[in-house]
Amino acid sequence: MITVTDLRKVYQQGDRTVVALDGVSLHVDAGQIHGIIGHSGAGKSTLVRCLTLLDRPTSGSVAVNNQELANVSDSDLRTARRRIGMVFQHANLMDSRTTAQNVAFPLELIGTPKAKIAEKVNALLELVGLTQFADAYPAQLSGGQRQRVGIARALSSDPDVLLCDEPTSALDPKTTDEILELIKSVRDRLNLTVLIITHEMNVVKQACDSVSLLEAGRIVEHGAIATVVADPAGRLSQALLPMPGKLPVDLPAGVVLDLLYSGSQATEPVISSIARTFNVDVNVLAGSVETLGEHQFAHLRIQLPEGSDITAITNHLLANGVAVTPKEAK
Amino acid sequence: MDFFNDLVTNPGITKAMWPAFLETLQMTGISGFFTVLVGLPLGVLLLNTAKGGLTPIPWLNVVLSGIITNITRSIPFAILMLSLIPFATLLVGVSLGPVAASVSLTIGTIPFFARLVESALRDVSTGKIDAALVMGSTKMQVTRKVLVPEALPGIIAATTTTVVTLIGYSAMAGLVGGGGLGRLAYNYGFQRYDGTVMIVTIVIMVVLVQLVQILGDWLARLVDHR
Repeated sequence: MITVTDLRKVYQQGDRTVVALDGVSLHVDAGQIHGIIGHSGAGKSTLVRCLTLLDRPTSGSVAVNNQELANVSDSDLRTARRRIGMVFQHANLMDSRTTAQNVAFPLELIGTPKAKIAEKVNALLELVGLTQFADAYPAQLSGGQRQRVGIARALSSDPDVLLCDEPTSALDPKTTDEILELIKSVRDRLNLTVLIITHEMNVVKQACDSVSLLEAGRIVEHGAIATVVADPAGRLSQALLPMPGKLPVDLPAGVVLDLLYSGSQATEPVISSIARTFNVDVNVLAGSVETLGEHQFAHLRIQLPEGSDITAITNHLLANGVAVTPKEAK
Repeated sequence: MDFFNDLVTNPGITKAMWPAFLETLQMTGISGFFTVLVGLPLGVLLLNTAKGGLTPIPWLNVVLSGIITNITRSIPFAILMLSLIPFATLLVGVSLGPVAASVSLTIGTIPFFARLVESALRDVSTGKIDAALVMGSTKMQVTRKVLVPEALPGIIAATTTTVVTLIGYSAMAGLVGGGGLGRLAYNYGFQRYDGTVMIVTIVIMVVLVQLVQILGDWLARLVDHR
């Protein structure tokens, strides 16, 4: 597990003071995959550099399995870093080394015996499915394969935490799926704590158990996927289950409602239940239905005819665990 | 036919050419070896002590850069070489001959080579360096296991360029007592108006430079996996 407490990073740029991280706190349990999402400029890169201790945070702490990393002496820093394995956006492999030699790199640093290295490298290459590419150089590999090597390399020092910085941002959608599946499978096998820093909502949808929204150096929303999605006013919810923004111009008169429901409700026929109970025609204008983690979520925009008993219908929906947001019909 | 006859009878070619050629090789070899020996660490030092480098030491960087720029830019090589004769005498005990000339050749080309090495090392992406640091490398390990191996194709190309430059400089060194092909061309070709020796010397120099370049390119390709 990893615990970040009130992490601050302040830069001095000439006369200007730049607060890149303004008190970031987060906690991720072992075996969980946590996404940190944010636009460029939100402080993602600074957060990564502080978590890996490439930059020292101005204040605050980073602890892996209750062992403090951020406030250690320079000499202990190298040992501390080994508890966090890191996967980079562009893999950052050494071009002069073969796949096997790249994976061996962290082991060479601490003088691991050759036989032990070979054994471990073989096991890791098998884990990421690259055994037949052991002697290939990075230039001979595809982007996805390079990222697999990067993951194997990050795992070779037996870290407790796997920190992935935009791991799929340079990859095509199919390869992205494969890499995320790989990250999930190594999490399962090694009971790793995984942090994925990304700007892609898709990555959060596909791989994360919980998520934080980073904005201007602060975490403005966070929680388990099911929790954040269930809040219709939340920005993460709107980003995870987006609704086409504009209503059609030629919309007939009526009342427009946004419905958000999750889990068991999503499998129940909410729409037809309104239609039957209140004897109204329900028009679905827009919506998205997705499975996030283990739950299914639906975000629907419906229109009811003028004169419907909106209060009764709303109460009926609320009683069924559906969040209702009335929309202005243009 | 006179020219071809001259080729096999001219003492400037039959007797003096081979020893002169060996002297040129000797000068190039000795100074090339020491240039790499000193210039490579110096190039690493230039990069690592710079602002934003692995171990920034601003004053040292300014001093090193200052010395290097002044040696390479301000002082013409011929003058540098003459001014270093007393130093060469001190170091190797003689003021004339290829070994003495090697001293000034080495000092003259170290800054040039160090700059080339620095620029080759600078091409190694910061992402690789960050990756190595995150994996727990010491700064020395970053230098030896990442910077130098990743920049090796560039360093080999820099060595090739430096050796070619040294062959040229060694000819100049020949004029001020270094011996070698430069001396030969001057004594026979210039002072005795012996065109045959001059032409043969030029041909040998061109072939030598070509061979070095081909060998260097081949080596650089061999280690380049990018």
